[in-house]
Amino acid sequence: MRFDSYDPETQGFYDELFIDKNQPRPEGQPLVDRIHSLPPGELMLRQAAASAAMYKLGATFNVYGDEDAEDRIFPFDVIPRIVAVSEWEYLERGLKQRIHALNLFLDDIYHDQKIVADGHIPLELIESATGFLKPCVGLNPPGKVWCHITGTDLVRDKAGQWFVLEDNMRCPSGISYVLENRRVMKNTFPQVFAKMQIQPVDEYPSRLLEALLHLVPSQVEHPTVVVLTPGIYNSAYFEHSFLAQQMGIELVEGQDLTVVDGYLQMRTTKGLQRVDVIYRRIDDDFIDPKVFRADSMLGVPGLMEVYKAGRVAIANAPGTGIADDKVIYAYVPKMIQYYLGEEPILPNVPTYLCWEAKQLAYVLENLDKLVVKSANEAGGYGMLIGPHATEAEREAFAIKIQENPRNYIAQPTLCLSRVPTILGDQIEGCHVDLRPYILYGKEIYVHPGGLTRVALKKGSLVVNSSQGGGSKDTWVLY
Amino acid sequence: MLSRVANSIYWLNRYIERAENVARFLDVNLNLLLDMPSGIEQQWKPLVATTGDRAFFTKHYGDATPENVVKFLVFDRAYPNSILSCLQTARENARSVREIISSEMWERVNAFHMMVAEAKREDLSLSALNALLTAVKESSHLFAGVMEATMSHNEAWNFGQVGRYLERADKTSRILDVKYFILLPSTEDVGSSVDELGWIALLRSASAYEMYRKSSVQHRITPAAVASFLILDAEFPRSIRFCLFEMERSLHQISGTPIGTWRNAAERTVGKVRSELEFVTISEIVSDGMHEFLDRVQQQLNEIDHDIFKTFFSREPVAAPVAAAAAVKGLSQSQRQ
Repeated sequence: MRFDSYDPETQGFYDELFIDKNQPRPEGQPLVDRIHSLPPGELMLRQAAASAAMYKLGATFNVYGDEDAEDRIFPFDVIPRIVAVSEWEYLERGLKQRIHALNLFLDDIYHDQKIVADGHIPLELIESATGFLKPCVGLNPPGKVWCHITGTDLVRDKAGQWFVLEDNMRCPSGISYVLENRRVMKNTFPQVFAKMQIQPVDEYPSRLLEALLHLVPSQVEHPTVVVLTPGIYNSAYFEHSFLAQQMGIELVEGQDLTVVDGYLQMRTTKGLQRVDVIYRRIDDDFIDPKVFRADSMLGVPGLMEVYKAGRVAIANAPGTGIADDKVIYAYVPKMIQYYLGEEPILPNVPTYLCWEAKQLAYVLENLDKLVVKSANEAGGYGMLIGPHATEAEREAFAIKIQENPRNYIAQPTLCLSRVPTILGDQIEGCHVDLRPYILYGKEIYVHPGGLTRVALKKGSLVVNSSQGGGSKDTWVLY
Repeated sequence: MLSRVANSIYWLNRYIERAENVARFLDVNLNLLLDMPSGIEQQWKPLVATTGDRAFFTKHYGDATPENVVKFLVFDRAYPNSILSCLQTARENARSVREIISSEMWERVNAFHMMVAEAKREDLSLSALNALLTAVKESSHLFAGVMEATMSHNEAWNFGQVGRYLERADKTSRILDVKYFILLPSTEDVGSSVDELGWIALLRSASAYEMYRKSSVQHRITPAAVASFLILDAEFPRSIRFCLFEMERSLHQISGTPIGTWRNAAERTVGKVRSELEFVTISEIVSDGMHEFLDRVQQQLNEIDHDIFKTFFSREPVAAPVAAAAAVKGLSQSQRQ
């Protein structure tokens, strides 16, 4: 299988590997050469071997409702996505700036709300955001850092310009695929790794543990750090388990934890043991049924009290969800200007806010060209893709927008960049996004790589695993 | 280690061992049938009786035909102790402790479950069923071997051992109990050739035939000698006494208490049962009633299970009684026999 007949269609799309037909980008040349040197059929064999290896490694996700079904693997494509070093340095700077500003925003919004007082964000937007948690007002997470782990979704348009699509400041998942994909790729293309200068990704678990340990008060000599999971039926359970294993720390469920004598403790075979830091992989709402959702079986009653008293640290801090509100997202460029006095390095996708009358009128008039999203839902729910919707669907959605304009934003339909991908026995250009992972411990660290999700249907823009999406290894070069 | 994790490893091993023993029950019955002169009533009902779930069976299946019993014991997902259900529960437990056990163990459990789930989709012939049951036994041994060779022999491992040997002791006692019932319905049959074949089949079902032959002083197969071997032998790894000995050893490794003393209820009960088995003779057991004896052993094993649960898995904190009760409830869900 070769790239001879591969058409990157550069008139309509940005191709990440090819400048034009038969003309790879310079950084991708060794990869293309290697693939061309393989005997016929070999690439397919390696693709099959990689999938088998992935299954064996256990990088699976659950499919609910089918008791005879085995776990599925997140489909994996062996043609990697390459990010040149100059691109990466740009992204790294942009992400650091953004995460820095977002953390200043979170600390401000749960304290003095200066950004509101100075007239940059209307108060009612803050107070009407479902992610704004009143019980978190006045809290002081260690070092005033609220969001320790971020998985920012980035996309590129036709011209190759990068945009931030979402910030994901609660419990972003996917890093385990980044690490497992790399393990498999090293076996798939060992010669290419030898030829190209690819930044390693294995450091992540150590860096994550370091960031978590940074939250421990200095007087605690032998801290206990745990990963808190909703349990085996959660679709990301594999990752929770994987990270706990890689860091060598306990994986706990809510039922393992209890508050005794003002401290958070876990139940062990030898009695109770104090817990100092929680890396939580459950949503804010479920953390403590005494403070948030009373029906939560996943959290720990009384946890927030312990947290307020500074006797346990939680990563990410409860309350970060406000920054995931898509209306608040639109203000991130303003936050960067306000808190840092800098211009944003990485732009947002242009966003229309329906709560503003003028922008609402524009949105309603141009529904057939826009993507409309609900402010607080993820995973493609509560969403209208205007160009693909019927007239009736658009009319119905227009009514919903007018009923609750605060809850909707609209963005132009983006033409995502593409990477050559094996589809059947062809190589086709498929749309991708990129989710790098950023850790904020002592300082901000951008993990060199990230999850490249790819839509495994020709022409499809949907990269979600539940809807036929897959992933690729991401090679950040030195 | 976390109580929940200890509990899961314990049940992971119990369920794997249980699946193996259900296969043994079925296997011996199939073999026995082939050796029986025609005309003798087929012995499938007692197989249902051993499970202790006769009511469930009657309600869902009615007659104890071979097909029904196989369906019930191998593939029924609604019946929690079928081979397939055992493996599914084992797998769920394994999944919840995946970062504690070795990845090889996880792969074994996964493949084991898939093998039986796939067999369910096919219509099994008698010879294929035989092959499946053999594969179930092998997979269980493979799991135990992989666990032995790839997991640190630490606290978690010891909880697994306790689970495996407790389950094995229970099932050996049940196999013996039911076969005693089948093979000695009346004293008239004693000594007939059918009788001897039956006892050989019983030994084979516990993989004990060759070892029995080597160890037996008289080289003859008598009911008492077979029972003695399966209950009291100190060296055969499926005898009840051997299982108790291994359980005791692991429990003491967990607590660090010297054997011969005890610090918790589980250690005390295990020690009590083990020492009785060391000093009782088979003629005492026979004269007091084999069934009564085995029944008591099973009750004592339940007691040990209960003590282990109370000692290690359900540590209730002083405060927060509501949360603790919920947690205990969550844990005890897998405690179905």
